[in-house]
Amino acid sequence: MSVPTTTAPAAPPSPGSRRGGPAPAAPPGGRRRRTPLLLLLPAAVVLVPLVAYPIYQLGLLSVLDFGQAQASGGAPTSFVGLGNYTRILQDGQFWSVLLQTVGFAAFCVLATLAVGAALAVLLTRVGRWPRLVLTTAATAAWAAPAMTGSTVWSFLFDTNLGLVNHTLVRLGLTGFHEFNWFYDKWTAFLIVGAVVVWHSFPFVMVTLYAGIRAIPEEILEAAALDGANTWTTFRRITAPMLRPILTIVVIQSVIWDFKVFTQIYVMTEGGGIAGQNLVLNVYAYQKAFASSQYGLGAAIGVIMLLVLVIPTVLYIRTLRRTGNDL
Amino acid sequence: MNSRSRWRLAADTSALVLAAATAFPVFWMVLSAFKPKGEVQSLDPKPWTAHPTLESFRQVLSVDGFGRYFVNSLVVALSVVVLSAVVVFLAAVAVTRFRFRFRTTVMVMFLIAQMIPVEALTIPLFFMFRDAGRFAPGVGLNTLASLVLVQLAFSLPFGIWMMRGFVAAVPVSIEEAAQIDGASRTRILWRILLPLVAPGLAATSVFSFIAAWNDFVFAKTFIISATENQTLPSALLVFFKPDENDWGGIMAASTLMTVPVLVFFVAVQRKLVSGLAGAVKD
Repeated sequence: MSVPTTTAPAAPPSPGSRRGGPAPAAPPGGRRRRTPLLLLLPAAVVLVPLVAYPIYQLGLLSVLDFGQAQASGGAPTSFVGLGNYTRILQDGQFWSVLLQTVGFAAFCVLATLAVGAALAVLLTRVGRWPRLVLTTAATAAWAAPAMTGSTVWSFLFDTNLGLVNHTLVRLGLTGFHEFNWFYDKWTAFLIVGAVVVWHSFPFVMVTLYAGIRAIPEEILEAAALDGANTWTTFRRITAPMLRPILTIVVIQSVIWDFKVFTQIYVMTEGGGIAGQNLVLNVYAYQKAFASSQYGLGAAIGVIMLLVLVIPTVLYIRTLRRTGNDL
Repeated sequence: MNSRSRWRLAADTSALVLAAATAFPVFWMVLSAFKPKGEVQSLDPKPWTAHPTLESFRQVLSVDGFGRYFVNSLVVALSVVVLSAVVVFLAAVAVTRFRFRFRTTVMVMFLIAQMIPVEALTIPLFFMFRDAGRFAPGVGLNTLASLVLVQLAFSLPFGIWMMRGFVAAVPVSIEEAAQIDGASRTRILWRILLPLVAPGLAATSVFSFIAAWNDFVFAKTFIISATENQTLPSALLVFFKPDENDWGGIMAASTLMTVPVLVFFVAVQRKLVSGLAGAVKD
């Protein structure tokens, strides 16, 4: 993972998955009532100081004037209210980075879904061996760390020693002789996007394939008996039955691709020439750690959190609608 | 040949071609790691080598210190796996076997915690660990312990979500029978439930291992001066200088970092797929 990369894929059990019975009714008595809290205690001991408190601190930093002097204790911190936010919202670079982030995420999501769905359908049409080979290859792409995926794709697209330029020149496209893919903003985004898709399509493929296989054979046979053709079967049966899984996969992809960090940071060496390949996540990090404007970085982080709330709420709603009690 | 089997042949062939394309970057990485330096830097790259060598591996391991970074990465990832497994198991039991107030709130919070852009949290966490280091140097910046702690925290929400399904799959009647036989709750938890969900816990652990193993943003942010405490990804980032053209070394270090997770992942692939995507029919 890549698994997911710092991206562990999260798919909830599909509607057909195993479920236990209902939880046993709690007998009266204080001890029984305390048990779940005791069991949750270790998780709370870790999560409260290391996730909840930092979120609070992030919000706090975002309303402070917090730069190098304050970080080293050389100057008192001062409350600036929404000052950091107004500075960011008035900064033209922020808006172009935001637009780029949305565009880049949209491109990655669409490409991942197209590739993943096409290969999931292909998997249902092939024999056992080709299926095993393709799933294993996809697993390799899935498991490859975002870091090493980035280094090897950088090598493949290297200006002088890259296999891609070499092959393109061999094919007669001499314009690619010593072509620098990372010099131009769009070709750089294209390659980074390709790495992101390479890392994330296997999750979509595997999940959708499992979803397709979970459709009961009888329904498809009944449709065939009734004379439905492939297209009708797909439109009336397969697509509606896959909709819950598809929704979850889409939202998950949106959330991941909006947060892409490693590939951009490594492949474009921190955001590209003059920051042309920055996305919000890298932008916030660079503002904080490269230019020591921790308050501004924190404010960008808060804005990202707020943007991500939208797909998260949609995700929770979908989960509940598809019968996953939380 | 009728049209049906022609279609099948076309599908099989394209599946194999696409598999080759998908696996190609990994193949190229491993191949380049084993090529002699001269061949890696050749302007006429070949998809094979007649002279495989460990030259690049020897260089990154002994000269560039990747052996040490490999061990550091392993220590961090394995610590996270062990600690996370215990905490995840207990929390998953709490949210599947008990109904209590705020249970749904707790679950929603675990879910939200998965959506957080962790890179943004490096800013407050950096200052927190810096300040903690003044009182307890053992967990301050520049220590492996700091990496274990943050990776542990970020592995929990997803782990609990995934583990929940595995715990729910164990019939409650087994525990009830044990209870009737007089087993204590502690005994039921560790001696009966734990062995039953061990396969699920193993699958969940793969994800926490991979997340901890792959992390580079925390390692890069926290390990500032103590280079001996670098982990593989952050060391690889320092080492990654495309202009110097030491692609053989970069590919060898990348291979060292990729192979353990690859082996791990492929080994538990089937388990993961069923754990993640629910019942697959065959």
